[in-house]
Amino acid sequence: MNDQNSKSQTVGLMVEFPPSKDIGQAEKFRRKRDRILTVASPLILLLIWEIVIQLGLLDRRLFPAPSMIAGTFYELIVSGALWDDLSISLLRICVGFFFGAIAGIFVGTMMGVIPVVGAVLSPIIASIYPIPKIAIFPLIMVLFGLGEMSKFVVVAIAVFFYMVINTVAGVSNVESIYKDVGRSFRVSKIRSVFKITLPAAMPMIIAGLRVSAGVSLLVLVSAEFVGAESGIGYLVWNSWQIFDVRSMFVGIIVIGFLGWASFTFLDFIERACLPWAPKNRR
Amino acid sequence: MKPSTKGVETGMKAHMVDAQKGTTSSRVSMELRGLGKKFLVGSDEFQALKSIDLDVGVGEFVCVLGASGCGKTTLLRILGGLEKHTEGTLRFHQESTGQPPTSIVFQEVSIFPWLNVWENVAFGLRARNAPKALIKERVSYYIEKVGLTSFSKHFPHQLSGGMKQRVSIARAFANDPEVLLLDEPFSALDERNKATLQDELLRIWEETGKTIVFVTHSIDEAIYLADRILVFTGPPGHITQTHMPEFARPRDMTAVRATPEYEMLLKSIHVGLGPTGNDPEIIE
Repeated sequence: MNDQNSKSQTVGLMVEFPPSKDIGQAEKFRRKRDRILTVASPLILLLIWEIVIQLGLLDRRLFPAPSMIAGTFYELIVSGALWDDLSISLLRICVGFFFGAIAGIFVGTMMGVIPVVGAVLSPIIASIYPIPKIAIFPLIMVLFGLGEMSKFVVVAIAVFFYMVINTVAGVSNVESIYKDVGRSFRVSKIRSVFKITLPAAMPMIIAGLRVSAGVSLLVLVSAEFVGAESGIGYLVWNSWQIFDVRSMFVGIIVIGFLGWASFTFLDFIERACLPWAPKNRR
Repeated sequence: MKPSTKGVETGMKAHMVDAQKGTTSSRVSMELRGLGKKFLVGSDEFQALKSIDLDVGVGEFVCVLGASGCGKTTLLRILGGLEKHTEGTLRFHQESTGQPPTSIVFQEVSIFPWLNVWENVAFGLRARNAPKALIKERVSYYIEKVGLTSFSKHFPHQLSGGMKQRVSIARAFANDPEVLLLDEPFSALDERNKATLQDELLRIWEETGKTIVFVTHSIDEAIYLADRILVFTGPPGHITQTHMPEFARPRDMTAVRATPEYEMLLKSIHVGLGPTGNDPEIIE
């Protein structure tokens, strides 16, 4: 013992590494803090906004305070005007999203599973995909009229391209071991698409739906700016044109809410479709 | 592999059989004649397997022993229908119409993460539209055999590595093929798990009388499990030796290792495998 001590002293210095007193409290605290912050940060933002306006630091005609917007919000709800615009926008998004997603998943799967289809379609998809869909909205109106159909179509087209790209990525990256298992059990080609390829690609498809939900909102609001007589986008643009700034802000807030709602809805879809994904255990 | 509890039984012997076609069973499950495989690497022809003759009898446990890269996995993939041989003939006995010739237990985790244990085990039977009652009976039977009955509704991410491989084994057996193919199924497991699963496999094999072709690079694993060991070298992959270890089952490896027969077998296999300097994969 003494020998060892003297030896280590002569060789160099003993550096001590003290034990940690933390057995996980710090992590627990951090999580709790983050949960509170998630709720608190938007409220704090609203509060700052309110104070800035009340102090007269910004022109209240252009930037009404949250309390002023709340009043208008209430009026629009009571009069039913907000619901009229919201419901028609929701219909356009849902119909466009649904058909765009179905078509996109179908075409993407075909491209990923049948090499010939992939070879033929991928250059076409790749060249049309980056064109902002709102840029072809005039064309869509020429083809499908000024009514609801043109709004359904523009949303569907935007969703379609995102879904094709994500589905192709998901389908063509299925781990080869799963394909081997399918072949070793002599599973037919069609059956293996439904029982192996699509389930394996499902996380990518869900991710595509998530992006598409935001995109469909974006495209629809833009379309309603220029080519509609109703809808949330119309509410924002029309309010701006008649200088009803408070109604405009109501529209913007509702769009934000729709974005949040679509994310929550897709969380639900994800839990329903991917009960096997480890992260859904929480 | 297993702790020594029993002494070595007398009359136990390991001998070498020259004829590669010798089987321990009267009826043949699988028949290979001059089987070979060529494929293109860049623009060059590569002979992966060459003139393999082999008969595997019903209920036989055959180990294909070789270093990595010798072509033993290619052989297994051909037997499993994942690749086509380019030379010779391959024939399987079929018990009844619709009976699949083979099912594979893969080395890596191959069960589907989106199916629970029960659905994974039922996969092969459902794929060939077996009657519902039969699926239910077989799946329950084999899940019980691998000791996972209380985990039937669990998803793979909730299982340990050993349990996942048990599911894989149950899935292959439940499909009721003529021949079961296992490709180094335990090589990713720790020693204790490996020993447990080897014993479970032997028990299920004895209870079901299935024909098994087991690919491994571990000499001791082959000696512990096999009726017949085919020493495989390559490329081009071919059978260089056939051994029939006749140690009484259940084999107690500690006792087996103490016998002169084991010593002889080991030496002979090493000769068959060729120089070991360049294949660190071979483990005793």
